Amino acid sequence: MSGLGVPDTNDTRSTVNRLRADDVTLAYDRRVIAERLSVEIPDHSFTVIVGPNACGKSTLLRALSRMLRPSQGRVLLDGQAIQTMPAKKVARTLGLLPQSSIAPDGITVGDLVGRGRYPHQGILRQWSGEDERVVRESMAQTGVAELADRYVDELSGGQRQRVWIAMALAQQTPLLLLDEPTTYLDIQHQIDVLDLCAELHEEQGRTLVAVLHDLNHAARYATHLIALRGGRVVAEGPPKDIVTAELVEEVFGLRCQVVDDPETGTPLVVPAARRARTRVTAREAS
Amino acid sequence: MKNTRTLRTPGGLSVRLDVRAFTVVVLLLAAALAASVVLIGTGDFPIPAGDVLRTLLGGGNPGQEFIVTELRLPRVLVGLLVGASLGLGGALFQSISRNPLGSPDVLGLGQGSTAGALVVIVLFSGSATQVALGALAGGLATGLAIHLLAWKRGVHGYRLVLVGIGVCAVATAVDGYLLTKADLVDAARAVVWMTGSLNGRDWDQVWPLLALCAVLVPLVLGQGRGLRMTEMGDDVAYALGVRVERVRLLLMVSAVLLTAGATAAAGPVGFVALTAPQLARRLTRSPGPNLVASMAMGATLLIVADWASQRVFGADQLPVGVVTGVLGGLYLLWLLVTERRAGRI
Repeated sequence: MSGLGVPDTNDTRSTVNRLRADDVTLAYDRRVIAERLSVEIPDHSFTVIVGPNACGKSTLLRALSRMLRPSQGRVLLDGQAIQTMPAKKVARTLGLLPQSSIAPDGITVGDLVGRGRYPHQGILRQWSGEDERVVRESMAQTGVAELADRYVDELSGGQRQRVWIAMALAQQTPLLLLDEPTTYLDIQHQIDVLDLCAELHEEQGRTLVAVLHDLNHAARYATHLIALRGGRVVAEGPPKDIVTAELVEEVFGLRCQVVDDPETGTPLVVPAARRARTRVTAREAS
Repeated sequence: MKNTRTLRTPGGLSVRLDVRAFTVVVLLLAAALAASVVLIGTGDFPIPAGDVLRTLLGGGNPGQEFIVTELRLPRVLVGLLVGASLGLGGALFQSISRNPLGSPDVLGLGQGSTAGALVVIVLFSGSATQVALGALAGGLATGLAIHLLAWKRGVHGYRLVLVGIGVCAVATAVDGYLLTKADLVDAARAVVWMTGSLNGRDWDQVWPLLALCAVLVPLVLGQGRGLRMTEMGDDVAYALGVRVERVRLLLMVSAVLLTAGATAAAGPVGFVALTAPQLARRLTRSPGPNLVASMAMGATLLIVADWASQRVFGADQLPVGVVTGVLGGLYLLWLLVTERRAGRI
């Protein structure tokens, strides 16, 4: 059982990646968000999905994590249609940190993180020694171990997000999906959470997929970038190869310069000054 | 993680126990048992607690045995079962709606059952069994109506509460209309039923309710862990491998059945379903749905309220529903005020 959670390098050296969306059409009721979209998440990558508001990036993440059933096409996990797999089995392979999580009243950090063990438990296997060990490790990795007996309601936004990440870690999934994990955090805690993600990716070889708003954060932390616009993949690949001024203009409709990040050498997007942009708009309009 | 004990077997099985919650349940059960013995001894023909126990264990004199096993024991058993069902039904509803106000009292299940019972009483002058069946049907129909109206990619907190309040208003209007149509005898019978009472309950009410609980309680407790996960939001629960819609539908149906069954047996005993889970939760200080503790609390509350209604106001004078209504109403006010202060409503 314990082997399931830890990514096994021998096992995943196949040519086919573990998670992909195959020709999916995504819609809420009748409103179509994306049509015939195919996306592949490279194993052991830190993939970041970017794009303007309403481009379908969160929708894609929901489909990849089987929250949303595609109206056409399939999402495949290890070659199997994700919707047809047993729910707990999926939950032992693929974790999700959604935006809309609610900490129940009066729950302690330790208890909340412990709930991440649910897919590994059963009615007669409620709390194994393994559960206890994994929860302790997850809290240590995210730096919330000393908060274990504190109530989640008392924590700051940054601490709380770390606790939720710890819960997702306790799930011990080789794949972890994060829906805008930095939203509502101040800059210091945004970087803090992204550093934590990079650590999880580099040191544990987990495959991470995140939706991020900030293009510069995405370019700095991602090993694989997927740029969406209007439900279509405009470009994908390592940020260094694909982030150009033309791409940013095409995807976000923003004139900019792309320079090297003085800290990391990754692409840094600098929006053009207001005057330069208004001149272009005026020229286009005439 | 604090206050929990884990029992593990060498075979890899493990059971986790919240020590405080376990203690609360044991104490509540002891209180319910003690109150039951006192209640059996209470009435026009008082029996000391020692004699009650002896009779229950099969050693009393024939006179006491008749009074205890034929007259008072079934009444107490109905009380315990009704209280437990309401407590459990309330805990389920409150957990599903993530709102203490999302309890059957506020959602109008009681009023719906009343409408069903009144139809039988007023239009058909039916027997007691038929009235119970009418109440059951009314409760189930109300539950179905709430579910259909609140359904939109799953049932959610405030929508459930708001739809429930609307349904409650409609059902109350129907009840009022049926009452005005009734003649004096039927109307008197209807009003007695509507307050919720354990008077004259016998073994005929015990068995169906016991059967209902025997089926539903294990079913519900088996889904309790999944329900606990949904308290963190549907997305988190899905991500953890809970089939959220299935669990919720199963538990909603169970909660409606439990509440309607209890109402069919004793009439709409007010506010037990609202208060029991909240009180249980404050005692156990544990987040989760507190299903077992709510059940124990419901049973204890109902028996103590029935004893109070007999003891304070004289035997058979005051239906238990009046006592739970007064106490529960005060509690609801307190809840509204504190929730308001906490900024949650």
